[in-house]
Amino acid sequence: MTVFIQGAIRQAMPLLFGATGEILTEKSGNLNLGIPGIMYVGAIGGVIGATLYERAVTSAGIVPIMAVMVTMLSAMLASLLMGLIYSFLVITLRANQNVTGLALTTFGIGIGNFFGGSLNKLLGAESASISLGNISKYFKMTPPFADNLGWFGEWFFSYGFLTYLGIIIAIIAGYVLSHTRVGLHLRAVGENPATADAAGINVVKYKYFATCIGSVIAGLGGVYYIFEYTASWSNNGFGDRGWLAIALVIFALWKPGIGIVGSLIFGALYMLGITTVGISRTTKVVYEMLPYLATIVILIITSIRNKKENHPPASLGLSYFREER
Amino acid sequence: MNEVKTEKKREPLFHIVKRNAIPFWKSWLFRVVAIVAAVVVCSVVTVIMTDLNPISVWDAMFKGSFKNEMKTWWMLRELALLLGVSLAVTPAFKMRFWNCGAEGQVLMGALCSYATIMFCGDKMSYVPLMIVTLVAALLGAAIWGVIPAIFFAFFKTNETLFTLMMNYVAKGLITFCVIFFAWENVYGSGKVNFISTGILPMVYNNEFLIILIIAIMTLFMYIYLNYTKQGYEISVVGESENTANYIGINVKKVVIRTMLISGAICGIVGFLLVTGRDYVVSPESAAGRGFTAIMVSWLAKFNPIFMILTSFLVVFFQFGTEEITKAFGLNEYFSDILIGIVILFIIGSEFFINYRLKFRKGAKEVE
Repeated sequence: MTVFIQGAIRQAMPLLFGATGEILTEKSGNLNLGIPGIMYVGAIGGVIGATLYERAVTSAGIVPIMAVMVTMLSAMLASLLMGLIYSFLVITLRANQNVTGLALTTFGIGIGNFFGGSLNKLLGAESASISLGNISKYFKMTPPFADNLGWFGEWFFSYGFLTYLGIIIAIIAGYVLSHTRVGLHLRAVGENPATADAAGINVVKYKYFATCIGSVIAGLGGVYYIFEYTASWSNNGFGDRGWLAIALVIFALWKPGIGIVGSLIFGALYMLGITTVGISRTTKVVYEMLPYLATIVILIITSIRNKKENHPPASLGLSYFREER
Repeated sequence: MNEVKTEKKREPLFHIVKRNAIPFWKSWLFRVVAIVAAVVVCSVVTVIMTDLNPISVWDAMFKGSFKNEMKTWWMLRELALLLGVSLAVTPAFKMRFWNCGAEGQVLMGALCSYATIMFCGDKMSYVPLMIVTLVAALLGAAIWGVIPAIFFAFFKTNETLFTLMMNYVAKGLITFCVIFFAWENVYGSGKVNFISTGILPMVYNNEFLIILIIAIMTLFMYIYLNYTKQGYEISVVGESENTANYIGINVKKVVIRTMLISGAICGIVGFLLVTGRDYVVSPESAAGRGFTAIMVSWLAKFNPIFMILTSFLVVFFQFGTEEITKAFGLNEYFSDILIGIVILFIIGSEFFINYRLKFRKGAKEVE
């Protein structure tokens, strides 16, 4: 049971980061299908940062705080750059969002796998595989009081700080979206940018900030996967989790709070396929398909029930040009 | 001088105006400039990351497609298959139905083809088998495409997200069928048996027939979109749904019919993949073509003839970078980076085709 719960939470977190980022982005009216690519870039950004740091200080002097900071910052910077490319093309140049997003995903996965596969070669090391054990152990450090709490500690406190950060970010995002003026403005931009513009909201600024912050959060999902989950890079190891994160956005009805629960459900489904004893291979495939099927069902139900607050933002996927009526 | 500046401070340096029309040559000039710029950036990136001489890199790039006759045929077949998927998504895009599910529709076509050959291969003679296989592929893919269309037509269910999810259901379904019907050569190996019957006949060489079929389809699609009533209805629905309603077009019918066609064409590609290229089915059969096709179709402004050009561009880069990675021992994913750069540049150039910058008069005088 403990293994199951821990596994489910570890599977859930990358999805939660990705989904929280994408919710913010979509609330501004941008359907960023580049999220899978951005998560790869975030991950590899962290890997590059960590590797360079480790080489710079040599193994004698890794300062835990610095190592974590360098990794996080380089990952955030990398995913921020991706977010800026997307924002510039889609918001400033008004390019088609689907096409831009898909191109960015191709680009991002390419960058991730290229550097992941040849980073050591580029740096002149002999072995091809990247080992991140020296730094990832700081990401895996659990709260000190966890050991004294028995099963409770194992279930809820046996994770690194990124797990709690992910949940906190989701809660903050949910609060900002539904309880603050900034969130209200952001939602207005996503629902009807022309009206928001007329009300004096700086549409371009909101779209840029939401998309870039969303990208950075999504990029952390990649860092989570690499540093807390696997501690090594393998090409395409991240798999389809980026698309699953986009599915989770729909599943969560564009609400980060539900996203936390949803990510745990998705993670649990994944773990069911792995940990259940005596399970047939076909059943495992069915479990893997369930998140997508559930997402489709929710998409259909919400559109049939036609409740405004559960819909995608009204201007999702459309670019805004002030002079066009 | 200073006074003028403070006076005009509130007027921005330039503002953006939508173009009414742009001469044909000018729009392609912008695209060519974008491609050239992308090539320059790609060269710089290549040199920085690999320390190679850019000229030898571009030489290898050309060799990827034109090293020998066989490579060129392969390139043309790949071009044809990508073009086929692009043709499929185009009518849907033209009516603003964002079919991101071509990947899944191709996979369903491939799955149905493979399943038909597996189940009926030894019970039928060749010609009826091929016909039944093709019909199965058409049906499977069309159904996969029409499910989101029906919900879109009646409930306005978001089609981008729906079709996107259907891709992964299709992938799962293939994995499921492979295990469930025991198509692996050794149970659990993940290696699926090749088909022994139901292989596309050889005309001139293995590639020619596929290329011919897609070429004919391209012509048909061009005529369908530009010279038929249904093609006209598609463009009206795409331009304005209200207009379509006023002039008596049944929008629901058009959406569902178009997605049936879109899915069916994906089915043909899936059929060609199984019977003429891979001889096997896997969740990776579509190999991302469904997503690349979206970019190909959009870059060509939904014009089937231009799509030959844009799909050539993509395939050329794919083959070229594959050659580069092999020749210089690079990581195979380098091609994705270069293709990404090229497409992002072309996407950016669309802005200058659709809009122009109107500089403020004062600024021009100062310049």
